[in-house]
Amino acid sequence: MVDHSSPPRPPLSTASLAIRLACIGGVVAAVAGAFAYVNGTFDPQRLQPKTLVNALETNNGIHPGFRRNHAKGVCVAGYFESSAEARAYSSAQVFNAARTPLIGRFALPSGNPYAPDSSVPIRSFAVQFSQANGQQWRTGMNSMPVFPVGTPEAFYQLLKAGAPDPATGKPNPANMPAFFAAHPEAAPFLAWVKTAKPSASYATETYNGINAFFLVGADGKRQAVRWAVVAQSQDAVGDTAPAGSDFLEKDLVQRLASGPLRWQLNLTLANPGDPLDDASKPWIGEHKILNAGTLVLQSSQAQADGDCRDINFDPLILPSGIEASNDPLLAARSAAYASSYLRRAAEVSPLHRTPQESKP
Amino acid sequence: MNAQPRFFAPLARLLHWLMALMIIAMLFIGAGLAASVSERHEWLIHLHKPLGIAILALVIVRLAVRFSTRQPPLPGDLPRWQVLAAKASHWLLYALMLVLPLLGWAMISAAGDPVMLSHSVQLPALVSANAPLFAVLRKAHGYLAYVLFFTVLLHLAAALFHGLIRRDGVLQSMTGTQD
Repeated sequence: MVDHSSPPRPPLSTASLAIRLACIGGVVAAVAGAFAYVNGTFDPQRLQPKTLVNALETNNGIHPGFRRNHAKGVCVAGYFESSAEARAYSSAQVFNAARTPLIGRFALPSGNPYAPDSSVPIRSFAVQFSQANGQQWRTGMNSMPVFPVGTPEAFYQLLKAGAPDPATGKPNPANMPAFFAAHPEAAPFLAWVKTAKPSASYATETYNGINAFFLVGADGKRQAVRWAVVAQSQDAVGDTAPAGSDFLEKDLVQRLASGPLRWQLNLTLANPGDPLDDASKPWIGEHKILNAGTLVLQSSQAQADGDCRDINFDPLILPSGIEASNDPLLAARSAAYASSYLRRAAEVSPLHRTPQESKP
Repeated sequence: MNAQPRFFAPLARLLHWLMALMIIAMLFIGAGLAASVSERHEWLIHLHKPLGIAILALVIVRLAVRFSTRQPPLPGDLPRWQVLAAKASHWLLYALMLVLPLLGWAMISAAGDPVMLSHSVQLPALVSANAPLFAVLRKAHGYLAYVLFFTVLLHLAAALFHGLIRRDGVLQSMTGTQD
């Protein structure tokens, strides 16, 4: 076979060959270098998803199969019954269909799956609404009204302040006051913590979405909101937490045995000038609040086998009709949750064994 | 007997250069989003998904073009190991272009997440929700992306080697220039 051989080329001089080889090496090195810059190889200080998750593991220990944060929890299931009030503001099917099934999870905000229920005054509630059109709305809410800090960098510093000192195995008691002294934005959170007590029930709490989002109407109009679910079971509000470390799940199971539990979904519309990108700041003054409907819980499941176990409650999984704000915590939560989810998804089977091992 | 072509078919060249840009962009977008917790993470992921599906669609067209057009032969004096390396790396590139978007699509499905290409465009799930499977697919997506990146680098170095050192017309067969 005869090739279309190119005409013979004069051989390259040694100098020319060296220059040409150097050019090739230079191009390859430039592309590889740019890639290493982008993936963070040259920048060990960059806050990455794994940096945040590693910090959580440092503070709480590694508990295979469990979420790296909000590790202790319980699965619930039910549905959302929409009212007509949000329909003018959002085209999301969840606000327009009569009923949308949901899976939720109540939890404590710690990476330790064995933390006593009374160890913190905060409880969290994450929900996945599954719309009939296949889109989903996932939200992670907390009983505090604001987040301690407004940026992922400050949150990382907060985690580091709570890191155990290698010498003592406990956090240095001077670190947390020093952190809060350096972060005056935490004042609204600290003011809330002063009055907050660990509740005796998941069912009596209000859970706040904290970050701002946009409702987007069928006409494309955008309205900034923060949302919250307000408990309609007010019987035991103010009850102090009972003794023992695992009362919340028992209380929930008992309550659900005698009937469904309900929350009202409130959408607080932002006023002009309300901060949309800083979850540490409350929205002050009169606000219009929409009652978007009622969240009804009918059943619970232990998390080791429950339907909520394999859900990553990524706050940026949103249906058409709800969009993220430019709050930097949202992207950081989404990125860090993905990293935590990958770690625990590879470890699911140990989750079944660990609770037994932990029993004293 | 027909003479062997000196150049790749114009459509093959167009697809090559278009996909070269898209794939290099895609690799940087993926590496950037995996290493960021800033707003970059969000907007990069919104680029990554539709771009990945576009690459998947284009690679199918490209394979069809590859099998229906004639390729310029490699120079007869190319050492045998370089011929083998060229063929193996080309098939590895095609395989990765096809597999990486499928892995991305499958891993989102395995996580139980809706596969959204935009606020309203949704693809069906490729596999049912399965967390351990997600972990395997997600890791494969990351590792194979690095394999693709290094194969692209090798391909780039080899193309420049043909163009600058051997000057044998191989680079021109894809650039379409007459020297």
